[in-house]
Amino acid sequence: MSITPEHPAALDRRTVLRRAAAVGMLATPAIGLLSACATSSGGDKENEKAAEGTKSAKNPLGVKEDAPIEVIIFNGGYGEKYATDVHEPLYKTAFPKAEIKHQSTQAVSTVLQPRFASGNPPEFVNNSGEKLMDFGALVADGQLQDLTELWDAPSVDDPAKKVRDTVVPGTVEAGSFNGKPYVLYYVSTVFGIWYSAKLFKDNNWAPAKTWDEFIALLTSIKAKGITPYGYAGANAAYYQWNVILTQAAKIGGVDVLKNIDNLEDGAWKQDAVKQAATAWAEVGAKFSDKSFEGLKHTDVQLRQNQYKVALYPSGDWLEGEQKQDTPAGFDYQLMPVPSLTASDKLPVTALRATAGEGYFVSAKSKNPKGGLEYMRQMLSKAGAKGFTEVVKAPTVVTAGSEGFAFPPGVASSQAALKAAGQDVFNLYFDGWYKELDTEARSATNELMFGRINADAFVERIQKRADAIKKDSSVAKFKR
Amino acid sequence: MRHGKYPFVVGFLFAPVALYVTFVIWPYAQAFQISMTNWRGLSAPQWVGFDNYRRLLDDGAFWKAVQHHGVLLLALPLITIAIALFFAFLLNVGGKSSGGQRQGVWGAKFYRVVFFFPQVLAVAIIAVLFQMVYRPNESGLINGVLMKLGLDPILFLVEPNLALWSILAVLVWQAVGFYVVLFSAGMASIPGEIYEAAEMDGASRVTLFFRVTLPLLWDTLQVAWVYLGIAAFDAFAIVAVLSVDGGGPDGATTVLAMEIYRNAFVYSKYGYASAMGVALFFLTLTFAALTLRLTKRESVEY
Repeated sequence: MSITPEHPAALDRRTVLRRAAAVGMLATPAIGLLSACATSSGGDKENEKAAEGTKSAKNPLGVKEDAPIEVIIFNGGYGEKYATDVHEPLYKTAFPKAEIKHQSTQAVSTVLQPRFASGNPPEFVNNSGEKLMDFGALVADGQLQDLTELWDAPSVDDPAKKVRDTVVPGTVEAGSFNGKPYVLYYVSTVFGIWYSAKLFKDNNWAPAKTWDEFIALLTSIKAKGITPYGYAGANAAYYQWNVILTQAAKIGGVDVLKNIDNLEDGAWKQDAVKQAATAWAEVGAKFSDKSFEGLKHTDVQLRQNQYKVALYPSGDWLEGEQKQDTPAGFDYQLMPVPSLTASDKLPVTALRATAGEGYFVSAKSKNPKGGLEYMRQMLSKAGAKGFTEVVKAPTVVTAGSEGFAFPPGVASSQAALKAAGQDVFNLYFDGWYKELDTEARSATNELMFGRINADAFVERIQKRADAIKKDSSVAKFKR
Repeated sequence: MRHGKYPFVVGFLFAPVALYVTFVIWPYAQAFQISMTNWRGLSAPQWVGFDNYRRLLDDGAFWKAVQHHGVLLLALPLITIAIALFFAFLLNVGGKSSGGQRQGVWGAKFYRVVFFFPQVLAVAIIAVLFQMVYRPNESGLINGVLMKLGLDPILFLVEPNLALWSILAVLVWQAVGFYVVLFSAGMASIPGEIYEAAEMDGASRVTLFFRVTLPLLWDTLQVAWVYLGIAAFDAFAIVAVLSVDGGGPDGATTVLAMEIYRNAFVYSKYGYASAMGVALFFLTLTFAALTLRLTKRESVEY
């Protein structure tokens, strides 16, 4: 730059712009993003005494009766009404002097990250949705309250029974990290492939049990001019890796998934995973629609409601999520992933089911006892029943959905869960290692939309898993 | 010397500098510091030295992003400036001359407003808008028409070879309006007599553009180039909202800001993300310095 104005009058528009450009250079984009949450790291003043009261039969956890409690609810598929209308009033009834501060958000980490960083976390958090905070990082950092005390406390309804005995088996484990419970997964979730009972009845189709039946079914759906199978690539590729891994678990037994979760060497290269990936790549190539890769989950789900897609993989929140768009008589039904070979280790009825929707109590909040008590109220019969009535989804509380008439989809998934008996499994790697989840999602899109084959699929995820295993900054978990 | 002049002057010098240091320089310094740690966003970070940078070297996603910045850096300014110059020329001097004063094409005033529209919209809205335009099935604006005509839909954001260009098109679409206005302002300050004289000498419109307008607009172009370059280093919001799977398919449209965001807020690896941020900082700085150096030439005084 060669000229500088000697007197103000020469300061013309271009000079001003040029100077503005120089400033703009300094204000480099994106780096400012990080400065927003720079390390004030005041998180270490934990010596501030947490509120505590005296224990009694009515107050087994020893909550300070007038200590305020702050509740953060993820406002997603389940909304926030169950908290404001059911759980918070329950807490208020038990402790009338406690003030409850309620906040709901769709971006949990955006709201909470700075608060954790500055050492002022809320007591109770529903950590869910696209922007959930990394559970693994929270645990590794000692931010989460150990829930052992809650699980061992007497339940609200029957003081003779511990809270852990009132919930579906596996609930405590699902929220445990290296054997210690930190997260309450509250909603009972069953995964499978969903279809419309009406569409199937109208066409005389039946859910498939074997792979041959499945391919035959897909073929006849295709002949009808309906896209047989599809998931949304834009943001829900994990719906599909879930199917592939479920298939793998059926072929090779539940240890296949355990190895993956534990980052065992070559876990992704196990034969069962490869076989499953090969089979589903074929479904992607022949029976899906390329455009789905560019669609969001709600788009594809809507197409299913319009009878343009026949089969869709998801969990049993699907029916509730699509309530507004589902035509009368559509009748969601769940079909477990069909068996691939006759020598599969698990029967066709086996499925992935878990407790979903995570809640935690912040260890470094002012009133962690209050948070635990809030959970205890949630896990009461009244709390569970209220939740189920509001959101139409079953909770992990066994007695919570007694006598409740579920809509057809959830009814079918509950029936499938019953039919599965002991053959119910779950997987955890996506919650433990977010990077591995991201890699699996990308690889799944590549596989299902025909850009790589099964070998490359397992190869690249294995590579990422190995890298995570070697990364000392990532906390490791085992089950 | 009047009484109290120095405190006044010093106050005015000190306050802005203090603000600047606190809110601009300090966060930058902190980003450098964080990039040397394994901070995960919660408790106190541990010093790891240059570990994060070593890791950057064999991070495929990082290099992919850098590569995309390379493409954007060339294409975005070139295309945008070319289109904006063309439009600005038409709007200002492309029409007939009346009373010795060169005019824009018919309806120039109207177009000027229309061209500026995209600039008024928030980036997120533009991204959502183009989601509709690019949608890969019959409900998409473009593909709806194509499919009605019996053609195959174009998978704008899904086809890995096409996705980055689709995003580039949006960036250009959004940027052109501003530069039309910028160049118009520049052109308006070029004295009419120069055009008049050139015309008397028999210069055609093309000659006018290349021999008169362009050289006299050089400073403005330089500014535009730096601005657009910086825009090419950002592109975060559009990519985050518009692209499949946040920078997908499989990283085909990812940019550094996207990877920083992912590492920081999805993986909670703030130290590593800061290292990327520092890398981005140096890339941008190098670019700006290079541009200013390479495009340096004597301004024409008039």
